[in-house]
Amino acid sequence: MIAQQFDYSAPESVSEALSLLSSQKGSRLLAGGQSLIPMMKLRLSTPARLIDLGRIAELHYIAEVNGSVRIGAMSTHNQLETSETLHRKCPLLAEAAGRIGDVQVRNLGTIGGSLSHADPAADYPAALLAVQAQVRLVRQGGERTVSIGNFLVDAFTTALEPGEILYEVIVPVDQTGLSSAYLKFQQPASGFAVVGVAAQVAVQGGNFSVARVGITGVGSASYRATAVEKALEGRPATTATIEAASRLATQGVEALSDLYAAADYRAHAACIYTRRALGAALSRAK
Amino acid sequence: MATTTPTKTQNLVGRRVRRQEDPRLITGTATYVEDIKMPGMLYAVIVRSPHAAARIRGLDTAAAAQAPGVQAVFTGVDVEGVGPVPCAAALPGLRVPKHTILASHRVYYVGHPVVVVVATDRYLARDAAERIEIDYDPLPAVSDPEKALAPGAPPVHPEWPDNVAFTSHTEGGDLKQAFATADLIVKQRILSQRLIPMAMETRGVVAEWRAGEKHLTIYSSTQIPHLMRTQVALMLGIPENHLRVVAPEVGGGFGSKLNVYAEEALMGFIAMRVNKPIKWIESRRENFQVTIHGRGHVDYAELSAKKDGTITGLKIKIIQDQGAYHQLLGPLMPALSVLMMPGIYNFHNVEADIVGVFTNAAPTDAYRGAGRPEATHVIERMVDILAAELKMDPAEIRLKNFPSSDAFPFKTATGLFYDSGNYAAPLRRAMDLLDYSSAREEQREARSQGRYLGIGVSTYGEICAFGPSPATPAGGWESATVRIEPTGRVTILTGASPHGQGQETSFAQLAADALGVGLDDVVVLHGDTSVVQYGIGTFGSRATAVGGTAVYLALQDLRVKCLRYAAHLLGVQPEQVDFEGGVFSSSRIANNISIKEVAQEAHVCRNLPPGLEPGLVATRFFEPANFAFPFGAHLAMVEVDQDTGETKILRYIAVDDCGKVINPLLVDGQVHGGVAQGLGQAMLEEAVYDDYGQLVTGELMSYAIPKAQHVPEIECERTETPSPVNPLGVKGVGEAGTIGCSPALVNAVVDALSPLGIRHVDMPMTPQKVWRLMSERKPA
Repeated sequence: MIAQQFDYSAPESVSEALSLLSSQKGSRLLAGGQSLIPMMKLRLSTPARLIDLGRIAELHYIAEVNGSVRIGAMSTHNQLETSETLHRKCPLLAEAAGRIGDVQVRNLGTIGGSLSHADPAADYPAALLAVQAQVRLVRQGGERTVSIGNFLVDAFTTALEPGEILYEVIVPVDQTGLSSAYLKFQQPASGFAVVGVAAQVAVQGGNFSVARVGITGVGSASYRATAVEKALEGRPATTATIEAASRLATQGVEALSDLYAAADYRAHAACIYTRRALGAALSRAK
Repeated sequence: MATTTPTKTQNLVGRRVRRQEDPRLITGTATYVEDIKMPGMLYAVIVRSPHAAARIRGLDTAAAAQAPGVQAVFTGVDVEGVGPVPCAAALPGLRVPKHTILASHRVYYVGHPVVVVVATDRYLARDAAERIEIDYDPLPAVSDPEKALAPGAPPVHPEWPDNVAFTSHTEGGDLKQAFATADLIVKQRILSQRLIPMAMETRGVVAEWRAGEKHLTIYSSTQIPHLMRTQVALMLGIPENHLRVVAPEVGGGFGSKLNVYAEEALMGFIAMRVNKPIKWIESRRENFQVTIHGRGHVDYAELSAKKDGTITGLKIKIIQDQGAYHQLLGPLMPALSVLMMPGIYNFHNVEADIVGVFTNAAPTDAYRGAGRPEATHVIERMVDILAAELKMDPAEIRLKNFPSSDAFPFKTATGLFYDSGNYAAPLRRAMDLLDYSSAREEQREARSQGRYLGIGVSTYGEICAFGPSPATPAGGWESATVRIEPTGRVTILTGASPHGQGQETSFAQLAADALGVGLDDVVVLHGDTSVVQYGIGTFGSRATAVGGTAVYLALQDLRVKCLRYAAHLLGVQPEQVDFEGGVFSSSRIANNISIKEVAQEAHVCRNLPPGLEPGLVATRFFEPANFAFPFGAHLAMVEVDQDTGETKILRYIAVDDCGKVINPLLVDGQVHGGVAQGLGQAMLEEAVYDDYGQLVTGELMSYAIPKAQHVPEIECERTETPSPVNPLGVKGVGEAGTIGCSPALVNAVVDALSPLGIRHVDMPMTPQKVWRLMSERKPA
């Protein structure tokens, strides 16, 4: 449990961090340290230098700007969980943030760190997929904005290029009439999701007019359960519709298997939790 | 909950006095092994086997020895002169593999220590450890005890190809007759899975050698400093009085530090060799792999009964997973299980067989409850299975089979004498608290809606306050020295070694009441063999019943001496002196004298009473004539999610009887912690080795211990049946929660699932396991 020697820098601006990042090979960005530090202590990760983003004030914010909520990468899970803005504009994301790990993890861990680490059982991706969020990535002399679906490539793999930093998460505020719920089956040891389901629905004239479902923990990457969504939209907003649609929660997805939950059980739990998350979202719509 | 701020005149025994220990623990200012720093101190990192079984073909330490900061590297050959890691279990026919402090030619489990690297700081030591090259020839391994017994299994120790460490057979009464005349016999295989004790503070050792004095000091996070001193002195071949062992603040033990490990002697050896202080702190991963594990039982039980529910006999076969080696008490654990296997029921026919099995895994030994949770789990499960078979209520069948409260001392089929008991009392109280008949009504209602609601009953008895010396491997007595200092302050030196139990508070309460001093006037010293007279240590729920009694006796001696002194100073006869609130007075005279004044007089000695010696010191040893046998009833109400197999605990009620209570706050704390650990076993925890002997639950990301969110509110009450074994009337409560809990939860889940025909669930009852059981039984 003793890390290898490494250099340490604590820049105070993103531009300084970007220049450090491109100046030394083997540098890694340190956000909240909730995954990277344990990996370093086990020597599974041996960076030559850590660039600590903790002192960069410009990465700490949650603000509504021009019809979207912008969340600085260094915002902690606790800040999302307790954000007034999010509770009003995107309660699903606040709810998911509140289910991450435990109090200590939520006080230190950050949304940028979590997304960049891309653990396949992390909570945020389910919610961010459901709300169709984007992430803004910056590099020296440029930036780009990609959808969360394109950002999360696979387990522990993102679209981040060398030299890029995840700057902020952009959540569209188009929530009129939408109601949502995040339900999580928590692995009791790790606190990660065996299954996490983020559901967002709107009902018009007794039918589901919008249905978006993001699922984490089940496959090698979080995904939008489009088969479920298709089976809901335009159909009567009833438990029977939800029941039938939820059976499609893992369609086209190969479920992960481990000691705690084998693939068949995990897939089964995904369907159950999808049903319950949709049921909770629907009940909040009423 | 109310706590008491004591004043000098209060009777403190029996009150909820806050812990004297807590301020330093809460503020992080306590001194643990890791906090000890010495000039020139070196650090050790141990290189351990990644294989469960392998021959060591070659070993190259040259590159590590050349690495920056490295002062020394030691291998198995270097430490051949150090004696083996001790096992104190003297069982007939016990096979004892030679347990050297470093492996030399062969490794037997993952984590087996092979090389130790010593450097000027722990980072350099860790870096250098990566340069050690060990050429292993991996061998087949076996980590499952039943597979290890199967023909053709890989031999853990080649000299004993059957992997049998020992066998034993116990009989009481006439089981054959009981079985022949029984109306029914129920049978079940029951698992008490391997657990990892998981003290919050891992182990750690600091060793300091003073070459001039030829004196070695070992600081170790241990429950047994004195026993360790004797054993480590023998291992190192130094005189016992040249070794001092100090247990500083100990951050949890639960039995895992009731042991002498390789590392204490290893650090002592290194300190003597390099002539500098050395520190080793166990990593969490090492703690998982090499600190003892608990439980590891497979039990095959058969219970016989009459149609009316009268239990008549129990047959049990225990397959005990010993791991690769015996640690200090490991082989005794299943023997303790056998002793308590009849539980608190009035039947007298028992046959028990134990097979201790070597496996390529960490050694098993005492873990909170140590043999009794396993026994209680078996008998409490079997009684429930019997009740289900007879369609009897599980509370009713228990009440029917308890010995009556006037049957004590109660002789058991395994030869114990239960000291005192009123077994129906806690069960009836727990049933009242739950409102048992309404709960059953609620269950019927839930079942009619297709929900799985269950009520679990567990009535446990345990053996504790270890114990009469002839029944223990290293003495069962305890010691205390109490001094009244010249200023009237009271110093208690106890041979017990508290590490979270709170005896700095409860012993101070005894002193405050006996001598009329304030709690803050009392200091309780423990855990340092150079300060405290020989003692046995803290384990087996013994420190208050045995150590506290020694304190109590010494306090009484001092009180008598003070009274004689005061009488002399007051000019009256001792029998004419009253003592209250710390003041000696007599109705015959107007003068009085405080105990502080007596203390001063006893040290300046200007007016020594004839026949009294100067000073105010008393030392007493207490040898209990019997164990003490606490008991209680735990009830759990649960609902199992029919879709996912997740269990929600709706109510948890613990009514315990641990005899007289010195501090109810401490007792509540012990019950809460014990229940949390019992819940961990029932719901969450399991040390899983794969077929290659790799510990696949080897970190906190995969091994689930209970966290606050997993533990329900525990509704805690007590009945009070004093023990006749000691003058305090106390029994012990350190392990009660763990022992009572797991059967309550499993019985509740099985009760919930009984409409599906399920009659047993093995621990841990993970959602997946329960879901699979439900899926097998559900009509498709």
